[in-house]
Amino acid sequence: MKTTITINGEARALDLDPRTTLLDALREHLGLPGTKKGCDHGQCGACTVLVNGMRINSCLSLAVMHDGDAVTTIEGIGTVEKLAPIQQAFLTEDAFQCGYCTPGQICSAIGMLQEVADNWPSQETTDLTGKINFTDDELRERMSGNICRCSAYPQIVAAIRSVAGDAA
Amino acid sequence: MRPFTYERAVDAKAAVKAATETPNAKFLAGGTNLLDLMKLEIETPTHLIDVGRLPMAAIEETADGGLRIGAMATNSHVAADAKVRARYPVLTQAIVSGGSGQLRNKATTAGNLLQRTRCAYFYDTSKPCNKRAPGSGCGALEGLNRNSAIFGASHACIATHPSDMAVALVALDAKVEVLSPSGAARSFPLMELHRLPAETPEHDTHLIPGELITAVVLPPPPEGGQTYRKVRDRASYAAGLASVAVAGGRIALGAVAHKPWRAADAEAALASGASPAEAIAAELANASENGRNGFKINLVRRLVPAAIEEARSNGRRA
Repeated sequence: MKTTITINGEARALDLDPRTTLLDALREHLGLPGTKKGCDHGQCGACTVLVNGMRINSCLSLAVMHDGDAVTTIEGIGTVEKLAPIQQAFLTEDAFQCGYCTPGQICSAIGMLQEVADNWPSQETTDLTGKINFTDDELRERMSGNICRCSAYPQIVAAIRSVAGDAA
Repeated sequence: MRPFTYERAVDAKAAVKAATETPNAKFLAGGTNLLDLMKLEIETPTHLIDVGRLPMAAIEETADGGLRIGAMATNSHVAADAKVRARYPVLTQAIVSGGSGQLRNKATTAGNLLQRTRCAYFYDTSKPCNKRAPGSGCGALEGLNRNSAIFGASHACIATHPSDMAVALVALDAKVEVLSPSGAARSFPLMELHRLPAETPEHDTHLIPGELITAVVLPPPPEGGQTYRKVRDRASYAAGLASVAVAGGRIALGAVAHKPWRAADAEAALASGASPAEAIAAELANASENGRNGFKINLVRRLVPAAIEEARSNGRRA
């Protein structure tokens, strides 16, 4: 089935079995293995990408559902020569051990910080009609869809906090 | 995943027509539950009708002061909507207590209502389950049933409905709008959407084949405060063991039955002057356990009065 998806700013034409998930399309058909397959059931968050700016689990979405969408993967966020601030922050804060969950953590953090900037509530938000008070409890709650088996959570919180800027 | 064909619906009527005329077809919206179940071959549709881009995502005021939430509005957008937060806070609280940020960004209002149980025996295709394989038996009855139903279960099924959002919607007295294969639209109380299992747990709802949910409609918010409280095994991203939505004098319970459970006996007791503790005791007179889930009865007994008091306090502050 023919599908065109804009990946990291470039329109990519695909002809796929409709069963192909967005995750498998990225990794197996587009040569973009930065997005990781962890559980493949939406439980771990390793496959998180941004679709039209919103973070989603790419394992629980079919590629054919995304015809015409703009997808950003970890490969579109920074380069080895010029890391994005959140990537540098993960290095500075030592926010990983094995690194397998990191692309998902970073894509999720970018989407999450935009949600905070847009004043979206979470279950930690006590005043639903005011401005979000972006505490560490808020940060942890909003990142609960991303698991780190190495348990680098304190450093992940520190890395995200260090770039939160005006979202905070 | 088993092979299937895929089409993107051009409008709601065409989607319903395709679903009615194509054998073994299913609607696909966000996909967060359906695609997971298809990977496990628990759901095996041979045709998917993608309704995700139908223009049914608006959240609009109704003439009578209520709110109409389009079926394709994502859980995130409903939870973040200023009108919902200001007037139906119990709905925002319920939605953000479920799933993860990534899931809520994709999951839709209709899809949330139609998600399937998380019962371990439904998920394990090597085990009997009358919901997944009618007539095979219920593995949970005498098995690992710690999170099974305490209200309205049958000998065929003790599974629970996993939605948080639907519990708040029942407490808010929401209606569902659907488009039927005849081309007619119909509307009915959300409380009547889901079924109790009885002898046919394979049917989660009363929808007829091909029917498409197009919207959820809220009446004006009730007098009095609102709140949602949920108890679970970990603080975030976990299904509930028990939850409660309070909206004025209305109470609905989650994770305790095959459907969002309207606590009508508790409401009646409260209305006639009973204390919150007496009210939930009246409701729990109908509860039953299957071994490992007995603790949920005490959990509800403690959870609900606290939520009623919290809602009253919220109402006084408003």
